[in-house]
Amino acid sequence: MFNNFSYLTLQQYWWIIISVLAAVLVFLMFVQGGQTLIWQLAKNQKDRSILINSIGRKWDLTFTTLVTFGGAFFASFPLFYSTSFGGAYWVWMLILFSFIIQAVSYEYRTKANNLLGTKTYDIFLLINGVFATILIGVAVGTFFTGSEFSVDRMNITNVLDPAISRWETPTHGLEAAFNIVNLSLGLAVLTLSRVLAMLYFINNIDNDKLVRRASKQLKLCSVAFLVFFLLFVDLVLTKDGFAVNPLTKEVFMENFKYFHNLIEMPIVLILFLIGVVGVLYGIFIGAFRSSGKGIWFAGLGTVLTVFSLFILAGFNNTAFYPSTFDLQSSLTIENASSSKYTLTAMSFVSLLVPFVIAYIWYTWRKLSARKVSEADIANDPMKY
Amino acid sequence: MAEFNLALVDWSRAQFALTALYHWIFVPLTLGLSFIVAFMHTIYYKTGDVKWKNMTKFWMKLFGINFAIGVATGIILEFEFGTNWSNYSWFVGDIFGAPLAIEGILAFFLESTFIAVMFFGWERVSKKFHMLSSWLVAIGSNLSALWILIANAWMQNPVGMKFNPNTARNEMVNFFEIALSPTAVHKFLHTVSQAYIIGALFVIAISAWFLLKKRHIDFAKKSILIATIFGLLSSVFVVWTGDGSANDVAQTQPMKLAAMEGLYNGETNADLVAIGIITGKDSNKKVIGIKIPGMLSWLSFRDVNAFVAGVNDIVNGNLEQGIIPTETRMEKGRIAIDALADYTVAKRTNDMELAAQKLSEFESNYEHFGYGYFNNKKDIVPNVPFTFYSFHIMAGLGFLFITLFIWLLLASLKNKLEKNKFLLKISVWSILFGYIASMLGWVVAEVGRQPWTIQDILPVQIATSNLSVGSVQATFFLFLGLFTILLIAEIKIMLTQIKAGPDEGGKNV
Ligand code: HDD
Ligand code: HEM
Ligand code: HEM
Repeated sequence: MFNNFSYLTLQQYWWIIISVLAAVLVFLMFVQGGQTLIWQLAKNQKDRSILINSIGRKWDLTFTTLVTFGGAFFASFPLFYSTSFGGAYWVWMLILFSFIIQAVSYEYRTKANNLLGTKTYDIFLLINGVFATILIGVAVGTFFTGSEFSVDRMNITNVLDPAISRWETPTHGLEAAFNIVNLSLGLAVLTLSRVLAMLYFINNIDNDKLVRRASKQLKLCSVAFLVFFLLFVDLVLTKDGFAVNPLTKEVFMENFKYFHNLIEMPIVLILFLIGVVGVLYGIFIGAFRSSGKGIWFAGLGTVLTVFSLFILAGFNNTAFYPSTFDLQSSLTIENASSSKYTLTAMSFVSLLVPFVIAYIWYTWRKLSARKVSEADIANDPMKY
Repeated sequence: MAEFNLALVDWSRAQFALTALYHWIFVPLTLGLSFIVAFMHTIYYKTGDVKWKNMTKFWMKLFGINFAIGVATGIILEFEFGTNWSNYSWFVGDIFGAPLAIEGILAFFLESTFIAVMFFGWERVSKKFHMLSSWLVAIGSNLSALWILIANAWMQNPVGMKFNPNTARNEMVNFFEIALSPTAVHKFLHTVSQAYIIGALFVIAISAWFLLKKRHIDFAKKSILIATIFGLLSSVFVVWTGDGSANDVAQTQPMKLAAMEGLYNGETNADLVAIGIITGKDSNKKVIGIKIPGMLSWLSFRDVNAFVAGVNDIVNGNLEQGIIPTETRMEKGRIAIDALADYTVAKRTNDMELAAQKLSEFESNYEHFGYGYFNNKKDIVPNVPFTFYSFHIMAGLGFLFITLFIWLLLASLKNKLEKNKFLLKISVWSILFGYIASMLGWVVAEVGRQPWTIQDILPVQIATSNLSVGSVQATFFLFLGLFTILLIAEIKIMLTQIKAGPDEGGKNV
């Protein structure tokens, strides 16, 4: 079946997969959000332990999604991989460092003789929770705001100076954090991850006190989220965008490009609106009815919203990774992708994804059949 | 400018080597121990004996401690291709990215999903599903080894691709040729089987320590028996697959083979060095020691009379044996590089005739492309002594492990383990040598292929990102500091858990 697809269809198919992975990743970052809440929601060691064990059973899933997101991006759009990672070096390195310290913290935090002490590992979790969410948001923000880089494939024939992609600012990506659009997205991701974490706690924990506190915190945090999110949406929809001429492949600036994309792709508009409503409804039933179902509405809403944003950035003749240094160096899903052969081969592999999702779902249900509580953890030899 | 780049490439290499070696401290144990845990879990499932349950839990706990840091050190390797080897990521990303993505989709999710069931499923899922989860974790981790090793093998022996002059990169033309290349098969089999040795030695070392301390006698003896059988089978397999790897290296990377054997001047009926040292200076270097006549020729080409090329033959050429001098290859490589540049310009100016001419010039010289980046023919020689000694220590240890496992098996069966203090002491130390052999294996594979990132196509100095040396130095030291602290923490936690012993299934202490 994939053999008959056109090159462009395959490129779009893979951008859709990348968008789905990104969307699921943002949802799963409720783990990071939870890590920023352990001091706020828990007043003592026991409560903290409940919270950590609740998100602790999911951290590896988020982590693996990030890794797979990276791998899939590499396989389908290698020029993005080489340009962004090699160029915005410091942003990505800081994100990675924050995940390195996260990965060990759950397993080591309560073990005897753990060298650094429980508190340090909990601070590691906090650092990951704050930095990973903000910086990933900032990095994705550059899809709409652009970065300063140049790309020339023929540099490979320059024996003395062969770099194909060059970053043109010495701060290597850190400059992105000083842009209001990027920053508002970063803060929106942070606050969203906290909102989702509270909804997840309400769903997953059997402890009235903690659930009540989560419900209460949820209201405050949701307001903060809405402020940052609406600011971001407003800035993006009103700004100039990076459009591509479909015939000449030339990149040019277009007023209200992202707004146009939304109007010109009504399905995306509908998904976006359903997504936003889903998040709001999830928050509402979580905050005012302490309903455990909030996480599912808000989670699905998050997935749809983030998915739509990625489609806005890459579809409808838009450059998804724009260069403000040299407009014509901007990356599009057409000029940054793998060969047709590779995309086809990888598309066959992608058919296994539903199967993977099915077993993840199945084990999630099995393991969460009983809520996390004090008694539950006390009897668990593998607790964090 | 040239010097500046050299420092950059050296620091990028140092960083990759550092992070890869740290990852490799934990990976073999994950691969090996996961199976041992699955065996024990199965016995518990079949017998319902609580002793086996406690044993399973004890080893599972140690597995978890190791796994966490394995994951932490793994994520960085994946992203380093983009961050530090940016040119590489474009030049071969069309091929190399695929196995990495497949690894994520097929293997990492399997591993991480079922590891949660394995750890937290004790009271939450059915006994059978729980036991199956342990197996799925083992299978998942070994699948992840498969895909990353296919990727690595492809860099040693690039097949299944074609250079596309319009995109200036290599593109995949045959997925199965890449996935099933003999280099990949050998690499996978050799690497996973050596990991099973590590898993076995780990269990043996800890159990032997218990026996020396006269603690948990029954537990330790049972564990040793299982690990010994597993280890013996694996170590025989390692020698066999190691021979297969060497044979493959001879066909695909003759320079690496010459370095592994310290063979400076090629020979027909070449001898294999069993034990030896490198002596002499400059062009008179050679190996003296105990040699097995004709064995190297046989190992390389399955023919005792075959000619095996030495370092000097490859550098200076040996027309009698059909080896092109490196300088000729450098010239042809430069022609290919220049033709590619001219082709692009001609195409931009719509000079189709010139473009066609340049393209054919490029294509007829492409097999030498990578050589065009060198100025000195000596640059294509890896560090021979380092490769040579690493190879011989690894292979020597391989045979010693077989001896150790046989000895342990006999002692176990005759029930004389506890009395043999000497054997127990050796067993405790054996795990260290397991790690040494394993690390040196990668040194052979990676140092031996220098200066190529992709054999004959992309030299390391062309593969890097456009970064300042300072940035890479800074991240290098950050990694060094962070990983070292985490390693110390891991070892302390591990030792504490081991000392606490397996009663009650290694609960938190
Ligand atoms: C032969 C096996 C093998 C080899 C050569 C490598 N790895 Fe590895 N990797 C594993 C075997 C493995 C594993 C056994 O599957 C790990 C170790 C601990 C774990 O959780 O999974 C793992 C973990 C692991 C993770 C974390 C996965 C997760 O989220 O669960 C990443 C991202 C990588 N690796 C990436 C790499 C890269 C980019 C490598 C090469 C440069 C590499 N690994 C070499
Ligand atoms: C698959 C992609 C890989 C790439 C692009 C790669 C690249 C490199 C580079 C550039 C170096 C530095 C060479 C030098 O300075 O000598 C290196 C060294 C090394 N790599 Fe790899 N490597 C890969 C896979 C692996 C894997 C899977 C492992 C094992 C975990 C590994 C282990 C090593 C080791 C042990 C060294 C030796 C270090 C030294 O002394 O420099 N490599 N690799
Ligand atoms: C007689 C025994 C052995 C022989 C003949 C042998 C041979 C080889 C050869 C030729 C390579 C290089 C392959 C390449 O560059 O593509 C290699 C790599 C390697 N060896 Fe061994 N080996 C032996 C024993 C061992 C043992 C005991 C261990 C560890 C416990 C080990 C671990 C490794 C590892 C990790 C690699 C790198 C992965 C790879 O390239 O396959 N080897 N071995």
